[in-house]
Amino acid sequence: MSKSPKQTIMRSTLSQVRGSGSAKSGTAHWWAERATSVALVPLTLWFILAIYRMAGLGAADIAHWVSHPVNATLLLALILVTFHHMALGLQVVIEDYIHNDRTRLGVVLLMKGVTALLAIAAIIAVLKLAVIG
Amino acid sequence: MKDVREALFVGTTTSGKPVRRPISPHLQIYKPQITSVLSIFHRITGCALAVGTLVLVWWLVAAATSDVAFATVSMVLHTWVGHLALFGWTVALWYHFCAGIRHLVWDAGYGYELSSVHTSGAAVLAATVVLTVLTWFIGIIVV
Repeated sequence: MSKSPKQTIMRSTLSQVRGSGSAKSGTAHWWAERATSVALVPLTLWFILAIYRMAGLGAADIAHWVSHPVNATLLLALILVTFHHMALGLQVVIEDYIHNDRTRLGVVLLMKGVTALLAIAAIIAVLKLAVIG
Repeated sequence: MKDVREALFVGTTTSGKPVRRPISPHLQIYKPQITSVLSIFHRITGCALAVGTLVLVWWLVAAATSDVAFATVSMVLHTWVGHLALFGWTVALWYHFCAGIRHLVWDAGYGYELSSVHTSGAAVLAATVVLTVLTWFIGIIVV
C-alpha cells in the first residue's frame, strides 16, 4: 500500500461520518427531485390526454370526469408530485441567486408556503369535484 | 470583504490589475454554447411551469366553485392572450420534459461524450418542436 500524502482535514469526524456535506441534508434533495421527475413522465403524458378529454366541457362534466376514482387518483398524484418537484426546483434556483443568508431563508420559506397553499387548494378542489360534484 | 469565500474569487488581469474573478458560468463573459444555453433554458422553463401551475389551480378551484367562476376561466383562456399563454406553457412543458429525460440519462451515467451531449441537445430541441406542434395539431384538428 502506497503511503498517502499528509492531508489536513478540517471537517469534524462526526460530519464526515454523517456525509451530509455543505447542503446539510446529503443527497436527499437531489434524490427527491429525480424520483419526482421520473413519476412526472407518465403523469404528464396522462394529463395531456386528460386535457383533450376535458376541452370544451363545462364544470359539471369535469366534475363527472373527476368523480371517476382512477381519474381522481391520478389527478391528486399529479398535483402532489408536481408541487413537490416544483418546490425542490425553485429552492435550488433561489439558493443559487440569493446570497444573503437571511433573505435566502425568508424567500425559500415564503416559496414553500405559497407552493403548499397552491397544492392544498388544488387538492381541495379535486376532492370537492370528486365527492360533491 | 463580507464573506471569507470571496477570498477565493480574487485574481489579477494580465496587466496585473486585481479583479474579482467571475463565477462560472458567467453569462456576460462566457460564449453561449448549446450546453450552457440548454441548461439555462431548463431552469427558465422550470420557473415558467411553476407560474403555469397558477392557471391549473385557478382552473380547478373555479370548476369546484361555480359555473360562473368556471365560465370566467374558460373565457380568459379562450382570448388570444390566453391561447398564447397556453402555447408558451406547452413549449415550456415539452422542453422541460425532454431536457429532464436527458438529465435522467446523464444521472444514470450515460451520454457524457461531447458528441453525445451535442446530439442529445439537438434531439431535445427537435423533440420540443415536434411535440408542441403535435399537441396543438391534435388539439385543434382532432379534439
